[in-house]
Amino acid sequence: MNAPVPGADMVFVDPLRQERSRKKARRDALIGIASLLGFVILILLLIGRSSGWETVQKTFFNGDQFVESFPGLLQAFWLNVRIFLIAEPLILIIGLLVALARTLKSPIFLPIRVLATLYVDIFRGVPTILIIFLLGFGMPALQLTGVPSDAIFWGTAALVLSYGAYVAEVFRAGIGSVHPSQTMASRSLGLSSFQTNRFVVLPQAVRNVTPPLLNDFISLQKDTALVAVLGPIEVLRRAQIDTSSNFNYTPYVGAALIFIALTIPMTRFADWIQVRSARKKRAGGAA
Amino acid sequence: MQRKSIRLAGVASLAVAGLILSACSSSEDTATETTTTETSMEESASESAAIDECAFENLTTISPGMLTIGTDTPAYPPYFVDDDPTNGEGFESAVAYAVASQLGFAPADVKWEVVPFNTSYAPGDKNFDFDVNQISITPERSEVVDFSNGYYTVNQAVVAFNDSPIAGATTITELKEAKLGAQVGTTSLDFVTEVVQPTNEPYVFNDTNDAKSALQNGQIDGIVVDLPTAYYVTAAEFDDSKIVGQFQSAAGGEEFGLLLQKGNPLVTCVNKALTTLKDSGELQEIQDAWLAGTTAPYFKE
Repeated sequence: MNAPVPGADMVFVDPLRQERSRKKARRDALIGIASLLGFVILILLLIGRSSGWETVQKTFFNGDQFVESFPGLLQAFWLNVRIFLIAEPLILIIGLLVALARTLKSPIFLPIRVLATLYVDIFRGVPTILIIFLLGFGMPALQLTGVPSDAIFWGTAALVLSYGAYVAEVFRAGIGSVHPSQTMASRSLGLSSFQTNRFVVLPQAVRNVTPPLLNDFISLQKDTALVAVLGPIEVLRRAQIDTSSNFNYTPYVGAALIFIALTIPMTRFADWIQVRSARKKRAGGAA
Repeated sequence: MQRKSIRLAGVASLAVAGLILSACSSSEDTATETTTTETSMEESASESAAIDECAFENLTTISPGMLTIGTDTPAYPPYFVDDDPTNGEGFESAVAYAVASQLGFAPADVKWEVVPFNTSYAPGDKNFDFDVNQISITPERSEVVDFSNGYYTVNQAVVAFNDSPIAGATTITELKEAKLGAQVGTTSLDFVTEVVQPTNEPYVFNDTNDAKSALQNGQIDGIVVDLPTAYYVTAAEFDDSKIVGQFQSAAGGEEFGLLLQKGNPLVTCVNKALTTLKDSGELQEIQDAWLAGTTAPYFKE
């Protein structure tokens, strides 16, 4: 009578049931909004009535301080943005190369595999801030000819090397997550090893690990603040300078807000990509 | 049954409201209480000269019988020697022990706490009786902590290597193009941003050691530090370096003060001790012993 249509994602729908479920959905939404509003009002009342709130507001959420320090924070944040925009592509390239190096099978490539493994172990093992100190102050101290001594250069280089190791492992996991049948099928079709990697394995691998990669990118945006130890004034240092002159911590809150404002669109974008790739997988796999 | 439960609910909500109201108001009551006790204490102190509040037995310190002094680590020369405040060597270590002995504490009764520079002048409870760490007295800091009278008048100076582009600078204008460095939260940094106003943003470091590293690497052209530190850096730490010049001090000059928690009554006794040391010449002796030879040409506009 009302058999399911093959290939379509729909099952038989009873219009009455649809109407009822739509009403229920609307009712649920209204209840949810009312509950959220009530909760928010309750929290605001409790916070506003608590005895310490005035002090907290004066110290952390001072409007005048915020307006005064915010332009300087935004200007300093531009340094953070430049650092992570330059670092991220380099990190992805290095991570991919190191991951591929570790997957090389031939015994003649053993030194390369060992080097890649050493790189990953060392730069994941050492704290990022320590690498920044070592490279930022140590490399220019060697006074080698041709080696730049700029603090921002070495800070970015340290971030690239440190995050490259993490991203290399993410890529390696992605490559490993592609089913071996893909490689076998591709080789049996006549594609070379390089072509297999380039056209079959890597596209799937990268698609699989896009969420963790975006995660690492977001983490990188925060760690650009570490470059401040080498001297350049980025947003956290600017907030610290403003705070240390009048002991109002609102600049710190301002800096946090700037970071959050950058992260939230990124995380929603990451969520959207994840939903899209899941939908694609489901559509492709449905019988 | 229903009227009973309504009445119960009404009583309960009244009780809760009452609790909330009393919680709000009780903090105000205690505030007025403490102020009245404080004013009565002050009156009694000024009226009765018989009670010496600075007598050793009347001093209240964090650890009874011991004097806790705070400073940062590393403790830099010429203010401290070998990063060890307990050896009494170095200008500030000597001043601290002199003040302690004026208050009645033997060197064995003095203990030291590590207090990072930035946290010392921030508001909040302190874990020391006073802090000695080249802390300049500023109006902003005085609002949240208490300072003793100054024990040393200090000028800011610029240190650079002999091959730095600013090694021969004699005016502040010549410094404007330079890449300068200073420690965060210091009056040295304030000097750079307010007096020198360089065209390039200065480099700001967590401590003076990082600033010195950057100077050695040529990442900055010069560092701004107080004059005694500048003298020590150029004389004992870096060869081929010099004090480019010192800045005219702002109106009133900049003074180092001992830092105490806001409202700590010990400050009057510490000031008495400092006055005694100044009048007896002991403070000058200590200064001559540890800070001799600290001169440098003044920058012109």
